[in-house]
Amino acid sequence: MKARYSGNDAATQQEFTKVQELIYELRVDQVMTTPVITLSPESPMNEAKELMRFHRVSGLPIANDGAIRGILSIEDVIRWLERGGGESPAADWMTRKVQTVKGDEAAVQAIAKFGRYKVGRLPVVDRTGAMIGIVTSGDIIGRALRVLDARYREEETRRGSARCTLDELVGEGSAFVLRYEVAPKDFQHAGYAATRVKRVLDGLGMDRKIVRRAGIAAYEAEMNLSIHTDNGGVLLAEIAPEAVVIEATDEGPGIVDVSQALTAGFSSAPDWIRELGFGAGMGLNNMKNAADRFDIESEPGKGTTVRIQIDLNAGRGAQ
Amino acid sequence: MITVGDVVEKLAAKVLAGEQQLDRHVTGGYVGDLLSCVMAGASAGDLWITVQGHPNVVAVASLVGLSGIVVSEGARVDPVTLEKAKLEGIPILSSPRRSFTLIAALVALGVKAAD
Repeated sequence: MKARYSGNDAATQQEFTKVQELIYELRVDQVMTTPVITLSPESPMNEAKELMRFHRVSGLPIANDGAIRGILSIEDVIRWLERGGGESPAADWMTRKVQTVKGDEAAVQAIAKFGRYKVGRLPVVDRTGAMIGIVTSGDIIGRALRVLDARYREEETRRGSARCTLDELVGEGSAFVLRYEVAPKDFQHAGYAATRVKRVLDGLGMDRKIVRRAGIAAYEAEMNLSIHTDNGGVLLAEIAPEAVVIEATDEGPGIVDVSQALTAGFSSAPDWIRELGFGAGMGLNNMKNAADRFDIESEPGKGTTVRIQIDLNAGRGAQ
Repeated sequence: MITVGDVVEKLAAKVLAGEQQLDRHVTGGYVGDLLSCVMAGASAGDLWITVQGHPNVVAVASLVGLSGIVVSEGARVDPVTLEKAKLEGIPILSSPRRSFTLIAALVALGVKAAD
């Protein structure tokens, strides 16, 4: 049997590196829990036990006026219970030597201290020594996972919008062409080709204004093929590193007076088509306005070709 | 900024498609029933009020990048339109109110005109 390798190890290693970066990047005061539940040294152990149970915490700082006097952990409570659990102040059972971590230190400092002092939680203090929160390893892991999740989503979105550049894809001086056949009077599918063209341009990460202009031009050209032709036509979108060209070709009936057809508001669409919201007499105008270079050729009885060129490097932004 | 979902709630509109996209922000509005005018005039993020309910409104909304469509005056929406809207992820709302009334309500909600 042949050995097979599936490449998950690299991905896992990469994630580890990201987590390591994060624990250096995240500050303790960004991950700590605040406010802190505290008890005074005089508080009875029974109260400490109930407080831990109620808040589901495994340790409590013991403080006087914001100054840390000690820390009482669940192990201390167990010790007290084993000795009979009698009335006794927290001060008699707490650990007096308390390790703390500063709020503006990196989370990695807290992690190092969890290991070094074998503790599960560390009170967080500011530079004056006043307690401002408490941090557990769970806090750091939870926060790191949320940050990683958010970044992962961001990256996915970015990847989705620009997989590669056009130059990489087709090579310099080359182009690729999308070709769609547009059926006559088929308004159920009309708009399909333009939507596809837009999606491809979006996928290439093209400037949104360019995508919009190309989308408008393709849509109007597609609509004209659908509304006005006898047998439909062909819509081409030629995508090259220097320009996007939309071209619509049909075999008739052709336009009798091209300059009249170019007048805004002039329409030869029948009433039933106008009722659908088409035939506003804006189609050719919209194409012309979207184009850096607009050409139309028509001959009655032969057909029409409309060509819309949108330059990618001309720096003419949007409409 | 208000979302399509806020519009549904405040205008008591019915959601016909795009339930998953109701969190989209409504950055402006456009009103019109001539598709070429919408293509030329509407901006990405606009909520579009129209009486047109045929499938092509979805293509227009998708190409312009509209936040959603409100079909006003109780106009009929073609079932194919709703299927396409689901595919393209375009919210389609329906309201029996007149377009003008809906515009007034949207302006009162804080939706700004582009010009």
